[in-house]
Amino acid sequence: MDWLFFFEVSLAGLGFGALYALTAVAFVVIYKATRVINLAMGEMLMLGAYMFFGFAAALALPIWAALILALVGGALLGLILERLVIRPMLGESPISVFMVTIGLSSVFIGLVEIIWTAAPRSLPSFLPSDPIFIGDAFVAPKTFWSFVIAAVVIAVFLVLFRFWRGGVALRATASDQGAAYGMGINVPMVYSLAWGVAGLLAAGAGVLLGSIAGISSEMGFFGLTVLVVVIVGGLDSVLGALLAGLLIGWVESLAGVYLGGEYEHLVTFMILMVVLLLRPWGLFGTREIERL
Amino acid sequence: MRIGSPKETYAADESLFRTRTQWVWFGILLLSLALYPFVANLYWLFLACLICINIISATGLNILTGYTGQVSLGQAAFMGVGAYTVAWLDNNATTPFILNLLAAGVMTTLVGLVAGLPSLRVKGLYLAIATIAASFILQFVFINWESVTRGTRGINIQPPQLFGMEFDNPDTFYWLVVPVTVLMVILAANLFRTRVGRAFIAVRDRDISASVLGINLPLYKLMSFAIASFYAGIAGGFYAYFFGSINPESFPLLMSIFFLAAIIVGGLGTILGSILGAVFMTLTPELLRYGVDVLEPFVQDASALLSPVRTLVFGLLIVGFLLFEPHGLAEIWRRVRRFFHLWPFRN
Repeated sequence: MDWLFFFEVSLAGLGFGALYALTAVAFVVIYKATRVINLAMGEMLMLGAYMFFGFAAALALPIWAALILALVGGALLGLILERLVIRPMLGESPISVFMVTIGLSSVFIGLVEIIWTAAPRSLPSFLPSDPIFIGDAFVAPKTFWSFVIAAVVIAVFLVLFRFWRGGVALRATASDQGAAYGMGINVPMVYSLAWGVAGLLAAGAGVLLGSIAGISSEMGFFGLTVLVVVIVGGLDSVLGALLAGLLIGWVESLAGVYLGGEYEHLVTFMILMVVLLLRPWGLFGTREIERL
Repeated sequence: MRIGSPKETYAADESLFRTRTQWVWFGILLLSLALYPFVANLYWLFLACLICINIISATGLNILTGYTGQVSLGQAAFMGVGAYTVAWLDNNATTPFILNLLAAGVMTTLVGLVAGLPSLRVKGLYLAIATIAASFILQFVFINWESVTRGTRGINIQPPQLFGMEFDNPDTFYWLVVPVTVLMVILAANLFRTRVGRAFIAVRDRDISASVLGINLPLYKLMSFAIASFYAGIAGGFYAYFFGSINPESFPLLMSIFFLAAIIVGGLGTILGSILGAVFMTLTPELLRYGVDVLEPFVQDASALLSPVRTLVFGLLIVGFLLFEPHGLAEIWRRVRRFFHLWPFRN
């Protein structure tokens, strides 16, 4: 076995895994605050990437301006979705809300294909492209830099969740809505905040993913793998999302290289099945006590 | 309850058609189904066959999701199992058409039972996600089990033959698929007059109370999966015969979402809902196509817009119905009927 090659494949997988982790954090934030499993997450990511593409390529804005606009656009998208679609579904069965997000993902794909057509495109590159070596192992510079960016963003958000007032309010709402409301936390505002933050994270992840793999109207598929990640990590656990993101990215990349490309998704969904059968609440999730 | 139709037995009160008027309407429906091929052209017959296939599958999904409360996003993959069973039998055995179709149903039932196993452990959203996983695994099998499915090249199926007749056109195929559809829908409607059907509804409404009432939850959940898969298998078998060739791309996850959308739009937990939903969702893309044809002279590349507009409208329908009309078309139908019943006393 070629250990150097194995190491390189693992590094590439971890780089991709960081993107999974970033998106999974957005997923978990929404789930914790509003108990919604957002199946449109992959499509929110896609919309963020396309907004960046639109600002940077079509309007020919400088990269940094396009990036900021895409992030703001992503956050706005999250806010609007929460206010227009998710809020009215409050109190409906979780399944209905889940299916609403499926509908939303279809709407987003349609929008993107109408505005930008279904043809795959590549984003203007903005990450440094000098080759990077860790020891002897080569890492694609885009993968490396997106890993670094994802790690920094996640770290910033972990600090915010811990110390910022809004982050504390979010965690309080997650653990007990009624009590949080009683202590003067504006719970509906927290809902909006969570969706806004998640939209922002998703747009960022979309731009990073797009700069690695290009953008197309099918990149929302990424969201399904993220779904696997959050289930494996535990739906309401940020730590679980991070570890499972890296794990799934790593396993997927190993499976893709050693078994063949078609096994990538098979392996992740197999993992999902096993976790659902043995430990449905995930590695770090809260175990809900219900026996049937 | 209508005035002037007293019942003397419980059986009479529970029957499918309770009044003479309902029988008359049912007769008119059957008659118009029988006359339809003589007035419709090939295009509309094609649509009618497609609608029937979708009705069978949507009815199955409604039994599972609408009546038993187990959300499944694997209906299209199950249809794929049925279609591949038919295709394999058609190419490797000389069994008659009816037997192939039944084999498709049975085979899919078995696969559905395995795919339903997670329902014993998880429920609700987790189950929906498990069925997504199951449908990806089935997709993988379709692509990679070359010796049976011929991989991405796809597989061809001869048109079905019965009594020496060949059903290779929508105008002949219609006579095969419509009677089976009527039969399957009536079977489904009757299911909910039996202990099994009532148990399904009890499981949906509150699984814990159902289990306290003596309903064996694992058994009935699996049974619901089995029945839904059987319907999907039959629909998939017809699909294979109807289109004459299938490949792994024929049964994407989007198609499962289509069926879920159909029963949401039609109405969860009503037989009428599965019919209305399947008709509506099959015809909507065709309507959009007319719209695009109208736009053609005014908008550049209007035909290129068709597929994205379909996707968009499809999503808007799901979101719109869930937000504004959660009981679907069946509820609208009931409202319209009630209006006429009560007219002119209430307005």
